[in-house]
Amino acid sequence: MKFTQTEGKNRTDRQKVIGKATPRIEGALKATGKATYAYEWHDIAPKPAFGYVLGAAIAKGRITSMDTSGAESSAGVLAVVTAENAGPLDKGNFNVVKLLAGPEIQHYHQAIAVIVARTFEEARAGATKIKVRYASEPGVYDLEVAKETAVKPPARWGNEPDSAAGDFAGAFAAAPFKIDATYHTPAHSHAMMEPFASIAAWKGDELTVWTANQMIAWSRADLAKTLKMPPEKVRVVSPYVGGGFGGKLWIRADVLLAALGARAAKRPVKVALPRPMMANNTVHRPATIQRVRLGAGKDGKITAFAHENWAGNQKGGSTETATLASRALYAGANRMTSNRNATLDLPEGNAMRAPGDAPGSMAFEIAIDEIAEKVGLDPVEFRVINDTQVNPEKPAQTYSTRKLIQCLKTGAEKFGWSKRNAKPGAVRDGNWLVGLGVATAYRGAPTMNSGARVRIESSGRVIVETDMTDIGTGSYTIIGQTAAEMMGVPLDRVDVRLGDSNFPVSAGSGGQFGAVSATSGVYAACLKLREAIATKLGVAADTLEIDDGFAVAGSKRVALGEVAGTEGLSAEDKIEFATDREKHLHYTFGAHFVEVGVHAITSEVRVRRMLAVCHAGRILNPPAARNQIIGAMTMGVGAALMEELVVDKKVGFFVNHDLASYEVPVHADIPHQECVFLDDEDPTVSPMKALGVGELGICGVSAAVANAVYNATGKRVRDYPITIDKLMRT
Amino acid sequence: MQGPGDFEVSRRDVLKLGAAATAVPLVAKGQAGSPAEAPVSTQLSLNVNGKVHALKLDTRTSLLDALRDHLQLTGSKKGCDHGQCGACTVLVNGRRINSCLSLAVMHAGDKITTIEGLGTPNKMHAMQAAFVKHDGFQCGYCTPGQICSAVGMLSEVKANVPSHATTDLTAPCALTNPELRERMSGNICRCGAYSNIAEAIADAAGVPAAGRSA
Amino acid sequence: MRPFSYEKAATPAAAASAAAKNPHAKFIAGGTNLLDLMKLEIEKPAHLIDVNGLALDKVEATPEGGLRIGALVRNTDLAAHDKVRKDYPLLSRALLAGASGQLRNKATTAGNLLQRTRCPYFYDTNQACNKRAPGTGCGALAGFSRQLAVIGTSNTCIATHPSDMAIAMRALDAVVDTVQPDGAQRHVAIADFHTLPGDKPQVENVLKPGELITSVTLPKPVGGAQVYHKVRDRASYAFALVSVGMIVQKDGTGRLAVGGVAPKPWRVEAADAELPRGAKAVAAKLFAGAKPTHDNEFKIALTERVIEASLADLRRA
Repeated sequence: MKFTQTEGKNRTDRQKVIGKATPRIEGALKATGKATYAYEWHDIAPKPAFGYVLGAAIAKGRITSMDTSGAESSAGVLAVVTAENAGPLDKGNFNVVKLLAGPEIQHYHQAIAVIVARTFEEARAGATKIKVRYASEPGVYDLEVAKETAVKPPARWGNEPDSAAGDFAGAFAAAPFKIDATYHTPAHSHAMMEPFASIAAWKGDELTVWTANQMIAWSRADLAKTLKMPPEKVRVVSPYVGGGFGGKLWIRADVLLAALGARAAKRPVKVALPRPMMANNTVHRPATIQRVRLGAGKDGKITAFAHENWAGNQKGGSTETATLASRALYAGANRMTSNRNATLDLPEGNAMRAPGDAPGSMAFEIAIDEIAEKVGLDPVEFRVINDTQVNPEKPAQTYSTRKLIQCLKTGAEKFGWSKRNAKPGAVRDGNWLVGLGVATAYRGAPTMNSGARVRIESSGRVIVETDMTDIGTGSYTIIGQTAAEMMGVPLDRVDVRLGDSNFPVSAGSGGQFGAVSATSGVYAACLKLREAIATKLGVAADTLEIDDGFAVAGSKRVALGEVAGTEGLSAEDKIEFATDREKHLHYTFGAHFVEVGVHAITSEVRVRRMLAVCHAGRILNPPAARNQIIGAMTMGVGAALMEELVVDKKVGFFVNHDLASYEVPVHADIPHQECVFLDDEDPTVSPMKALGVGELGICGVSAAVANAVYNATGKRVRDYPITIDKLMRT
Repeated sequence: MQGPGDFEVSRRDVLKLGAAATAVPLVAKGQAGSPAEAPVSTQLSLNVNGKVHALKLDTRTSLLDALRDHLQLTGSKKGCDHGQCGACTVLVNGRRINSCLSLAVMHAGDKITTIEGLGTPNKMHAMQAAFVKHDGFQCGYCTPGQICSAVGMLSEVKANVPSHATTDLTAPCALTNPELRERMSGNICRCGAYSNIAEAIADAAGVPAAGRSA
Repeated sequence: MRPFSYEKAATPAAAASAAAKNPHAKFIAGGTNLLDLMKLEIEKPAHLIDVNGLALDKVEATPEGGLRIGALVRNTDLAAHDKVRKDYPLLSRALLAGASGQLRNKATTAGNLLQRTRCPYFYDTNQACNKRAPGTGCGALAGFSRQLAVIGTSNTCIATHPSDMAIAMRALDAVVDTVQPDGAQRHVAIADFHTLPGDKPQVENVLKPGELITSVTLPKPVGGAQVYHKVRDRASYAFALVSVGMIVQKDGTGRLAVGGVAPKPWRVEAADAELPRGAKAVAAKLFAGAKPTHDNEFKIALTERVIEASLADLRRA
């Protein structure tokens, strides 16, 4: 079905299942170790061989010679695949650097071989016996230096790199209050708990991969393109994904090398990237340098807003568009934004949870705090004053729904914001200086076309199949809820099957478009199935009622299983989003409130309280939505206080490439977290009237932490992460 | 003592040497005094979840890989393989350990309990049920480790083992929220479900959850 | 990981003797650091001698009123031991500040002393590291050194010793007891146990080939107020930026050892003597001759602050 206009009343409004707090339907499998992740398909690939990936030892240059004989004769080794013997390979549309390199090396730990052996131990040992000689070339690894050579990148996903409205320069010069500050955000690692992993098995010229991937259809196409084979000969299976955060949007070396290894060894091969290779072998969130200039009047209204961003990537890679959110979040007639991209020889930068907006908000939500203080306004009040219901760059464009003020005010009330002392460094609790911080969360609510197949079996069970993925987001449950609501059955009579390229193509998981798009696709398929039921019963679809597992039309009341018969009854459809996206801005909103303690002598920082009040349309499953938000808040605490992929600017690699040295928050770092959703629905986006929440929670939260640290100490650190050494130097 | 100038010179030398070192990765074969390279295999029996398994393993096999690759018990997860994440946590004789940093051959005679031994989807252990009830996970990959760790952790509290969060080392241990969070810190959840995990564990342990305490 | 043969040792002396016979042998106890390093081919033993079966897992009172801690006593058990909690709380605190519950359940007293550095250049076999591959240079000196040592270093190596436990033992004047391949026993003051890198950073302690740690002996309790303050980038499960283990008596005298700043547990007697005069005076003595890098010079000021905070805590207690 095509979604062309604002939705009126529909069956999802019943909210018998949708919108109800529902435990994850796959929860028991995950809690008992029975959910099958990529590396764990014993029945399908019972006697696999093991592949171990060898990464390049240099950052840039060429392999001058590679002697694999030691590995080939090493105990248990079945095959060694390198670029030289892999056969012709193309590159996927979504890949920037090659997944199997040679002789050219584009970045550190770029895969140069896979060693396949009978056992994992033999493969790992075999990998150490490959002799490689390199000719190193100088590379560019320092963004601060490369910034000078940064260029205007092409538009991506429809977003121009630059924008402007009014007269920024004039307004800024005339503003009675202004700030001009530069902020640094470092590279971040997705560091999902499940490493990139795949099993590959060939049957003739057909390839099946069990992998960990967010976007099944894209990855199927890219894997086929890389292997120069028709996509219909490739099957991608990924029903459980141990975290992705954008890192598993595209195929990576594990799946390609498993496929090549399996072809060479003539048996199924499983490959997982060793943790110490992940940071440099795969992708990361690129570092940024951001300059924010804000001018405000005595009334606290923003008169001038400029946000410029510099980032870097491999040649051909996209940029980290950190200024997009600044275009329309706050009012102000005179404004400009720009993004510039430099070429770096570090590993490929790519999407990580709320690309652009997460690092962007880390900067400009501090800047808002700074200008509010200059003007002498409370930062909550300042944000309220500068709310806008239209796109300040194009005032004809309105927000479909925007309750940011309500988020801020509700949060302030709940958090006890009125007790905040505006004077930094003034509140003390024993050894600890205590501060409160606030920031806005703001993230687009895109949609993607999405398909599904729904079937009723003679038992009355409803089966939903779609290639949608559940990367921890709760897709299984909301899809099940949607089908249960639409088909009039209890949730425990719905089976949801995900992550298989044999199923209809869905939106996939990314850009916080997954939940709304995939459930809309299921909605569409269910409508079609209802029509099929009506046809089978010989009644008009609009007279058909389905409830408690029975189809009712006039005097007819037939159990769904009976309608389906022994053959079952099936329907497939997809949602195509065809509304005029120019009319409205579709966004999700939130307000983050954070209390920190900073040790008065040692500058250790501890987060003491956190609250997010969010506005994201209809909430399909409140506990899962809450979990998305608190998880993103946790990741934001990491970005604020500890996470940084450190660049060795001489050698050209991320030095801290494991989970001991790239520190992410642990239990002890995270207090009890509160999350409140405002009641709402947005019928302009989809028939589900929902928006996304997966990325909203990370936007702004790091700045809220930074602002709380400032309130506690009077120290304004503009270079993330806010570590002890920086607080000591400030 | 070197002057700063000397130091600069030596740094350049270091870089040159460094580059040379990267040119020739370590090669095992033919190194002086290097012993035979053939894998060594060993027979052992492992008692896992009350069942004794006879195995023939390469001595290099970690307990985690023995469970995952040889016994097909993939509930225990490999997150980092270096003791940096806790996803591989299992109980050995009731104590929680990182199974990735232990050799299978060192566990003959031990009683090993994995997530599969705690409960099944239809008959969950109270801790497993609490995780489901409180949505104490998202992607689920760290979950078996969190659950095994939580079970082991409660035994430690019961045995009066103190933690970094314990205020008085000589008083009996109690499972307050700061204690719980410190004691569970060896289990990373990148999805960030910590707040829910804490509630799940508190529920299973029968202690109050954190609430909004500063 | 290289293939290795494996044996279980029957007695400490037999273990030492077996190790002496095979230059490629290593003892394995908890394995939490050794296996980590073997997976990365940083440690490459061809033979492992499992010492877990040796009866070295007791904590016993000594005739001198001290405590003898068996080499195989797990970190958890040592931290939880009643006598340690009561008489050597600094040791409990230091142990509990290290690693995670799981790792402490496995890690042993001797193994903890023998932990190798967590320097990222040591851990990455593609990088120059004089400790791992003597003569290749030091990647950290020209690279990222925020975590690394500021004193006791050399121009070949600026790695830190990662142990928390050893900091407490250094402050407590522990003695490391060993058995040698010929069965002879040795008792090495912990001050002398770890060595500085000099031009041989690959050597980290005075153990001879085959020599096995059998126990660590603590002298009789020194009383006083004891505190271990560890500062790191996250609240738990991380190595120290700086840690301070301190014992202060009622009259203001005392002693301290610091971690995260040097290639071995760092204690300077002249600094102990400055304790009554406060953190600044202590730090001046602790760091006389320090050679920090741009990345890690903050550790000197941070240590001073941690000493100050620790003194403040002790005053309050």
